[in-house]
Amino acid sequence: MGDHLFEFLLRQGDNTLILSHRISEWCGHAPIIEEDIALANIALDLLGQTQMWLGLAAEVEGAGRSADDLAMLRDAWDFRNSILVERPNGDFGQTMMRQFLFDAYHVELLNRLVSSADERIAAIAAKSLKEVEYHVERSASIVIALGDGSEESHARMQAALDDQWTFAGELFETDAGDHALNDAGIAPLPSELRAGFNARATAVLGDATLIIPETTFAHSGGRSGKRHSEHLGHLLTQMQWLQRAYPGATW
Amino acid sequence: MYAQMVKSENTDNGPELDAFQVRIDAGEKIEPKDWMPAGYRKTLIRQISQHAHSEIVGQLPEGNWITRAPTLERKAILLAKVQDEAGHGLYLYCAAETLGVSRDELTEMLLDGRMKYSSIFNYPTLTWADIGAIGWLVDGAAIMNQVPLQRTSYGPYARAMVRICKEESFHQRQGYDIMMKMAQGSDAQKRMAQDALNRYWYPSLMMFGPSDKESVHSAQSMKWRIKINSNDELRQKFVDQTVPQAEYLGLTVPDDNLRLNPETGHYEFSEPDWSEFFEVLNGNGPCNKERLEARNKAWDDGQWVRDGMMAHARKKAARAAASQVAAE
Ligand SMILES: [Fe+2]
Ligand SMILES: [Fe+2]
Repeated sequence: MGDHLFEFLLRQGDNTLILSHRISEWCGHAPIIEEDIALANIALDLLGQTQMWLGLAAEVEGAGRSADDLAMLRDAWDFRNSILVERPNGDFGQTMMRQFLFDAYHVELLNRLVSSADERIAAIAAKSLKEVEYHVERSASIVIALGDGSEESHARMQAALDDQWTFAGELFETDAGDHALNDAGIAPLPSELRAGFNARATAVLGDATLIIPETTFAHSGGRSGKRHSEHLGHLLTQMQWLQRAYPGATW
Repeated sequence: MYAQMVKSENTDNGPELDAFQVRIDAGEKIEPKDWMPAGYRKTLIRQISQHAHSEIVGQLPEGNWITRAPTLERKAILLAKVQDEAGHGLYLYCAAETLGVSRDELTEMLLDGRMKYSSIFNYPTLTWADIGAIGWLVDGAAIMNQVPLQRTSYGPYARAMVRICKEESFHQRQGYDIMMKMAQGSDAQKRMAQDALNRYWYPSLMMFGPSDKESVHSAQSMKWRIKINSNDELRQKFVDQTVPQAEYLGLTVPDDNLRLNPETGHYEFSEPDWSEFFEVLNGNGPCNKERLEARNKAWDDGQWVRDGMMAHARKKAARAAASQVAAE
């Protein structure tokens, strides 16, 4: 169980860490100042969640590592985030589409985790849920606005959806570890979250006048750590650089 | 400062102007709907927008290190700081808008080079210590100027300054804290900290602008209370405050002429290279091109987003109007 729990916590913390990192790349470059501020807010929320998830992961592991060690000193194959969140930002539409797909999954997950049998997990979920309810409301409204907006914004949002849709499926991938945690009442099966996700996605993307691709194909390899995309290595090269270049220094 | 070498314009005269000056001298706040001389309005627009532009462009040098911050906590602090600066830009654009200009107009004037931003943001951030040095020195210098501006005569500007100053002092403490960690750290970290001070010391002194003892513009702005202290006064105050802080860190201010004058109680120090300052203002600073290119790219790339949002808002309004008609 310990290994499964550790793996589960890494999956949570790595998703929020890597997505936060990607969003933070927008800082100073967003289409309007209000969006710049809002994106920074979301990046900050996700970073705070990362500190909680990876903090607990480190505690559960009991090997003397800290949340920072887990973030800064693991190599790509030890990361357990879904490939969706490591994908490059693309244009603002792609960033917001990725955000909406992740938020729509995230809010379903947290809604279930608040009643986890593990109180520490329930507490983190409760704190995160308040933030993520706002995230999904916001990303949904932007996806709707831009999908419904001008001819160009509509075309860009449809392209973003076509591009990202096959990366959303991995969020619901379910393995033996998930079953073990589900049996212990700690976490839901990711596959159980799909229906809620689909309902929200169908409603929002419908309001956005966008068409969900028909394919049922889903990329995978991130949450198992088996095969991340090439992008993760470059992201880590930046994120971990100071810690790698000056081992043992305190900052 | 964030607003450097702002030219003031005095175009009006007559009884209204006299009454206006009486209000200023009595310490009254001028509000957007009040009568004000055209020159006062014009000068304020220039000064407030230059300040706003500086906050926005100022996101870039520090944003440069968000993805490379050394710890999760440092990353969060830096991200929050850069976000604050965007917020400052926003309040200041709002303050400028009360004077009858739009944010879009001002943005375009920044992007095509008609309006300036502070010289300091044209310097590169090369190591993590630069993030410390900017918080400590640049936010520190900004506070010197902005604290008195909380008492400036124009109400919306003064109120924006009150909000901004609170956050700037946080930024300064956080910057100093980064420097402290590095100054107490490994040899490489100490070297980084010293190097950052070496590179940022004179550009920070330049932030206050050249001496304006003789400047008619400054005299006019001071009469209107949109400038409270002379550039030299503020620079002296900054040096007096900062040198002991550098000593406490065990760092050396890169100035062989620096000494405390026991009679005046003030530090004597070398002037920065003003020819470099003017080169930076004229577009020849180390990062002028990158900074303006980055802002232009953000604006141009964002055009379809802003257009799309507007189109959606129009459609929504039209749908609401149609359903209203249907209901009636
Ligand atoms: Fe600021
Ligand atoms: Fe600041």
